Amino acid sequence: MALFDKFKQLANHREALFHGGIDPGRVVIERILSPTHAIIDGRETVLFGTNNYLGLTFDEQSIDAGRAALSREGTGTTGSRMANGSYAGHAALERELADFFGRKHCVVFSTGYSANLGVLMGLAGPGDVIIIDADSHASIYDGCRMSGAEVFRFRHDDAADLDRRLKRLGSRASDALIVVEGLYSMLGDRADLARIAAVKAESGAFLVVDEAHSLGVFGATGRGVAEEAGVEAEVDFVVGTFSKSLGTTGGYCVSNHDELELLRYSSRPFVFTASPCPSVVACTRAALTNLRERPELRTRLWDNVRRLAGHLERLERPDRPPSPVVPILLSNPALAVETWKELLERGIYLNLVLPPAAPNGISLLRLSLSAAHSAADIDQVGDALVALLGGVMKSSPG
Amino acid sequence: MSEKATETRDLIFEVLRPFADEKGVSLSEGTELAADLDLDSMKIMEVLLEIEDRLDISIPQNILPNLRTLADLERELDALKTH
Ligand SMILES: Cc1ncc(COP(=O)(O)O)c(C=O)c1O
Repeated sequence: MALFDKFKQLANHREALFHGGIDPGRVVIERILSPTHAIIDGRETVLFGTNNYLGLTFDEQSIDAGRAALSREGTGTTGSRMANGSYAGHAALERELADFFGRKHCVVFSTGYSANLGVLMGLAGPGDVIIIDADSHASIYDGCRMSGAEVFRFRHDDAADLDRRLKRLGSRASDALIVVEGLYSMLGDRADLARIAAVKAESGAFLVVDEAHSLGVFGATGRGVAEEAGVEAEVDFVVGTFSKSLGTTGGYCVSNHDELELLRYSSRPFVFTASPCPSVVACTRAALTNLRERPELRTRLWDNVRRLAGHLERLERPDRPPSPVVPILLSNPALAVETWKELLERGIYLNLVLPPAAPNGISLLRLSLSAAHSAADIDQVGDALVALLGGVMKSSPG
Repeated sequence: MSEKATETRDLIFEVLRPFADEKGVSLSEGTELAADLDLDSMKIMEVLLEIEDRLDISIPQNILPNLRTLADLERELDALKTH
């Protein structure tokens, strides 16, 4: 196969689905108006695909903090922290996150993606074992591959299967690194962390939980699904991102293991990339303060989750526990594409997820809700989905 | 071909037969997982989960790049079984 043949395949595949028309890769937000509204193709559009769970992207405190840092500290750090040193803001953000999570250590990375790479490549290497949930995010798969460790999968969110696979590993199990997510990003299901933590405890392995979609969303103080399940003590490393509930970019890992600090020297995705911009760090710190001090944002988000669930009951979907990530599973990619386009024309943007990005070859429309959505926004998308899909959902897998 | 290897092959054929039937192809050593059976990486990983349980072995993800044909799969599984 010639070098570029694979692109022909990809181009043909896209052509067959989109017939040269609009696709998610080509959507341009001409103007962003608020955390939940934008102008797309000249039309005012409600955004339901942002992961902006707390609606903080236009928060005044965050913007002011970012603006001040921009004036004070400039546009960028122009290098990695190893080479150029850390700014005071980097260190402060790490202290604040460690404090929020009640952990001894925190390392901040430039993205959530590189946090997973950095943690997995930093903690595990050739000769080590990583065992991951089958539905893990691409960054977890990539981090595993780049670590050089031996990597095994267990069936999605199946603690008994994890247990079986750990037992199969024999004496190596007690040194294995188990990796799961708090809230799974595509299907919006939350991990059964109580049972996974129990299996982990029995095996003596280490547990990493990626709370990318659960920070600020779950738990009494917003620390995530591990907090909600009451098993934080069994979680050795929490990984996460600033790019969803905090509305900026960057990632982090917190832990009580002193070894985490050594990732600053040993982990290539920390060492060999530029550190987060001072303004981004300042915005993130302000957003974290918001997350901690305004639990009403979480309440508002969950009110919206329940409101949408009320609408979607009309679609006769099988019961799913309410979640800020709502998957609408469709029987085939063509229907998903058609519905996605139709919604966009009605001024509603949501995520179109086609295989292999969604697990098990399914196609889906994915919504993520925000504390900043109004009741009218929710009703608009609920009514549109029922109007477009009311008739066809019965034939869909769920 | 040792008896054990034949056993492995039987299992591989059994697990993959539904995919072969769907594509209307018959299975042989040279059958390619992606080109002939239309299995993408996600589907191959699903197949491996099933084989792991049937043989009660652990198959590392790391072998994925080595798997083009059924013969490759058989060779990798036999290597794991003798571990
Ligand atoms: C589970 C999970 N982990 C990590 C990431 C990567 O985060 P980021 O986009 O901030 O790099 C994402 C989101 O893309 C995610 O869904």
